[in-house]
Amino acid sequence: MSARGRGHGRSVVATLWATAILLGPTSVVGQQPSAPPVDPFGLGRPASAEEIATLDIDVMPDGTGLPAGSGTAADGAVTWVRACRGCHGSNGEGGTAAPLVGRDPDARPPTVGNYWPYATTLYDYINRAMPRPTPGTLSPDEVYGLVAWILSKNDIIGADTVVNAESLPGVVMPARDRFVPDNRAGGAVVRD
Amino acid sequence: MAQHTSTPAVTRGHLTRRQVLAAAAMGAAAVAPTSGQQAVETTRRLGRSPNGLDQRSPFVTPQRDPSSTSSRTPLQDLRGTITPADLHFERHHGGVPEIDPSEYELLIHGLVEQPTIFTLDDLTRFPATSRICFLECSGNLRRGSPETLPQMVCGLTSQTEWTGVLLSTLLEEVGAHEDATWFLAEGQDAAVMTRSIPMEKAFDDAIVVYAQNGDALMPGNGYPARLLLPGWEGNASVKWLRRIELANRPFMTREETSKYTDPLGDGSQSRQFSFVMDARSIITDPAYPRVLERGWHEIRGLAWSGRGRITRVDVSTDGGGSWQAADLQDPVLPKAHVRFRLPWRWDGDESEIMSRATDETGYIQPTWETLRAARGPQTRYHQNPITSWTIGANGQVLFGAERLRS
Repeated sequence: MSARGRGHGRSVVATLWATAILLGPTSVVGQQPSAPPVDPFGLGRPASAEEIATLDIDVMPDGTGLPAGSGTAADGAVTWVRACRGCHGSNGEGGTAAPLVGRDPDARPPTVGNYWPYATTLYDYINRAMPRPTPGTLSPDEVYGLVAWILSKNDIIGADTVVNAESLPGVVMPARDRFVPDNRAGGAVVRD
Repeated sequence: MAQHTSTPAVTRGHLTRRQVLAAAAMGAAAVAPTSGQQAVETTRRLGRSPNGLDQRSPFVTPQRDPSSTSSRTPLQDLRGTITPADLHFERHHGGVPEIDPSEYELLIHGLVEQPTIFTLDDLTRFPATSRICFLECSGNLRRGSPETLPQMVCGLTSQTEWTGVLLSTLLEEVGAHEDATWFLAEGQDAAVMTRSIPMEKAFDDAIVVYAQNGDALMPGNGYPARLLLPGWEGNASVKWLRRIELANRPFMTREETSKYTDPLGDGSQSRQFSFVMDARSIITDPAYPRVLERGWHEIRGLAWSGRGRITRVDVSTDGGGSWQAADLQDPVLPKAHVRFRLPWRWDGDESEIMSRATDETGYIQPTWETLRAARGPQTRYHQNPITSWTIGANGQVLFGAERLRS
């Protein structure tokens, strides 16, 4: 972290600048911020809500970013055969791409059932990067259906559960508590 | 000027270019009888004219080693610390996109006063900064067989003089909120690559870079602009950067949950957000496939740490029984590759040479056994063990693969 620190947004700089102006030039020699506080460079243009919406596709664990739409495992099965099975296998057991189904905590490579901490990440990732040859082409209903199919295959939700923006954040994944923060900090000890 | 006239290949006192090339291809022994002829030959024919874009000598052919997802820097072919841009390693998750710079835009939004879109021209007009630092993929270790090049052991690291605008400058421009604790960096590739980054890094030394060794970024390294997080695992320095969103919590993307996390111990826990690359080194010469002659050699390699400066590199020529401090080539920069060198006389006995880096935090590059004991058998990322090269009585140098068994 630099000496300037975090959380020194425009308001903090502006306060410093205003103080400098109030105190006058002779009292602030060497203390003025090196750059003016407001629109110091004036570069870039304001982003419109529409422009942001076009790119802002991320989904967070609390469901922020999930769109309207819904799907069940039965819906997902149709899309799975068309778009996913070729690489991930008929039952998500893996093939040229990673396995997605399996609850055995010791099985490797890891699966959604034994390693993924948040169900919302499934929506986010399928929507942004799958299917591999034609990413970004699935509708929200198709993505919700695939999420439901994968979660159902992992026995995390029931076969008839409707997955949507309301239900998905409430799904508790088996690996929810497996992750710990990085405790490495340099020094003489190789951290376990 | 003496000229060889005793070999049939000599014509008018010197070899033809074809004959010189053929002799070179046959090896040094074949060239020896005509030593000096090339130095004459090239003076009797005009060379090529100045050109628009130079190329390496046809005798110099370094190559990255590509797989379906990455290509590895030929560490054994390089002698300095700056990686030529076309030899910088690549690792990408959805291929290399082709981006027209005139249509490139970077959106910064979320917990900011003014969501803003910057063009490439905007980014280059901000005050610029340059920094020499390494990048390294956190999956940068192959244990392999004895017939393994330095490039294959850990060629997923390279070094560049990067130029761009400090991310903190952009965040001041848009007015970052004080309650923002994380930001999402998102790429414009087919993986729409995403990582959550703590805001501390944004205000420490993060840079949005648009130049690589003074030139535009190579496409495989994020043209026209990428994030650069010095000292941190490479995938977090998101390439083809299209969007930064400030938030008060991490986004928990696939690349920081399912991937790039490190199972610990018996595998029931995983370390998450393990960003910093620990200290490491590798001897790049002598290395496989070199065959040594007896006599004097200089042991050469690279060392680096994501936590700051390398303070020493120790080299052993007896398999770790004893160690000597190597010379470090100035300047020793923080979070940067440094060259180390140690003179050595090989007496023809079977030997094992290895290097061990220490950084300014006091961290000492561990052995494979120490790493495994600390992390357990399942960790795949952030493996930085001491590696070695063995030299047989016949001079053949091989990778010390046995040290990385288990």
